[in-house]
Amino acid sequence: MALTKLLRQSPLSARIGLAMILLNIFAAIFVPVIAPYGETEIVADVWLPSSMDHLLGTDHLGRDMFTRLLYGARNTIAIAFVTTLLSFFIGSLIGFFAAVVGGWTELTVSRIVDILMAFPTLIFALMALSVLGTSVISLIMVIAVLDSTRVFRLSRAVAMDINVMEFVEAARLRGEGILWVMRKEILPNAMPPLVAEFGLRFCFVFLFIASLSFLGLGIQPPTADWGGMVRENAGAITFGILTPLWPAGAIAFLTVGVNLVVDWFLKIASGLKD
Amino acid sequence: MNDIITMVIKRLGLGLLTIIVISLLIFVGVEALPGDLAEAILGQDATPETVAAFRKELKLDLPPHVRYFSWLGSFAKGDLGNSLANGRPVADLIEWRFANTMFLASSAAVIAVPLAVILGLLAALYRDTLFDKTISTTTLSAISFPEFFVAYILIALLSVKIVIFPSISNINDQMPFWHKIHAIILPSLTLTFIVTAHMMRQTRAAVINVLASSYIEMARLKGLKRMRVIVMHAFPNALSPVINVIALNLAYLVVGVVIVEVVFVYPGLGQLLVDSVAKRDIPVVQASGLIFAAVYISLNLLADILSILSNPRLLHPKSK
Repeated sequence: MALTKLLRQSPLSARIGLAMILLNIFAAIFVPVIAPYGETEIVADVWLPSSMDHLLGTDHLGRDMFTRLLYGARNTIAIAFVTTLLSFFIGSLIGFFAAVVGGWTELTVSRIVDILMAFPTLIFALMALSVLGTSVISLIMVIAVLDSTRVFRLSRAVAMDINVMEFVEAARLRGEGILWVMRKEILPNAMPPLVAEFGLRFCFVFLFIASLSFLGLGIQPPTADWGGMVRENAGAITFGILTPLWPAGAIAFLTVGVNLVVDWFLKIASGLKD
Repeated sequence: MNDIITMVIKRLGLGLLTIIVISLLIFVGVEALPGDLAEAILGQDATPETVAAFRKELKLDLPPHVRYFSWLGSFAKGDLGNSLANGRPVADLIEWRFANTMFLASSAAVIAVPLAVILGLLAALYRDTLFDKTISTTTLSAISFPEFFVAYILIALLSVKIVIFPSISNINDQMPFWHKIHAIILPSLTLTFIVTAHMMRQTRAAVINVLASSYIEMARLKGLKRMRVIVMHAFPNALSPVINVIALNLAYLVVGVVIVEVVFVYPGLGQLLVDSVAKRDIPVVQASGLIFAAVYISLNLLADILSILSNPRLLHPKSK
């Protein structure tokens, strides 16, 4: 199969990255089976060091850190994944539409996106959250909309190239509608660059959500979430207790993994030039 | 020369337009707020009189378009309104914090810019050697790290394990300069680390791009010395993308400062912004957000203008 052949040719770094991602996904799926305690269950004294009972010690309320970390994988990754999907849905839909329709529509939408992109995303998100209030839904919506501007740029550019191909023209002459052209002609051909971009955007969204949760404006306690867990336990670090480094390290671990794989994808996409 | 001036004016206009559109967006966003802002902030048990007084204070009793222009007008005059949380003028809250933020950001930039450009150049020149691979892997990991991860590692190492730098960067105006520097070493190092990684990767990519062009190959095939190829042929052409990379990363730095300030409880604009978002102190959020945005947009503008100045070909973009 093409996929196994591709994997066999993959460089070591990409394989390591893939293993790192799979480990996280495994943890996220099988939490209830692996986790020794409950997500919000208080099991011992606060900020205990690592031991056989508590592999990574306990947090600021005496909950098991290892358990929280596993549940954090599930919550954080799931929310970031949903946000990225939504962002791709919005971005590519508008991007393809702008490219296929062209003319004034394309120009107007592109200008609006330019303006949105000129604004720093973190600041925009902070301002939006102050108005909307902090909840998971508003978090997902705000980040998806902000991030979809990047997806729009790419999908519009890719769709513009495809739009001038003969087979699209043939479909048009056959009398197919705009939506049909977008779905049946543009989408399948735009898939490869969009998939590579998905990894990059996921990384960005994931880090972004973690940062907002760290600032106390993202996913709210008691839900286990890596960014929020760093915030809750931050005070421990000045006593020389390394508890907050576990969730922070987990965030770094997953993004390094995704970046290693994306790096390899980008090299393949650019025709092994670099 | 005329072309350049027209271009600069055009870009400036575009930047201004962006800020105006954004301010309008923010304004409409606040308008669309479910319920009345006054009641939301004063709580359930506010008497109708206090609600009315509060609405007058915020000018909520005027029609929206009048309010928008008066808000924009007083903003331009430097009157940023009063904080909802403590009633103090926003301008007073922001002024010295903004100076602190710029102090922190520039301290990081002073180290990061030369370091990143030199490392990036070396990595590009010695491509695919062990040196390049080590640097590339390190920076790839560094850009994947959240800022607070780097920050807490630095605290654990340099503030707890070996006690040399404070983990809380409290500064004030009375402090002598060197004490201030000592206080901000850790946040500044965190920012330097992250920004250097980004900047170095992009510098490397930009230089490799230039080195791969056919005129460089031509110069090499002619038998020119390696140094001469780099200084006379590659450098002038790499200048434009590298300047662009620097300015873009400085813009990133100004925003990245927000999280680092929160970690180190640094009295900067970012810390104020985050606190005010949690308190829903909208006048402060609007003002500090717009200031961040204005700095960010100006630096992006500068990136555009500088890269066009150093590469006049960009003045006449090929139409697609």
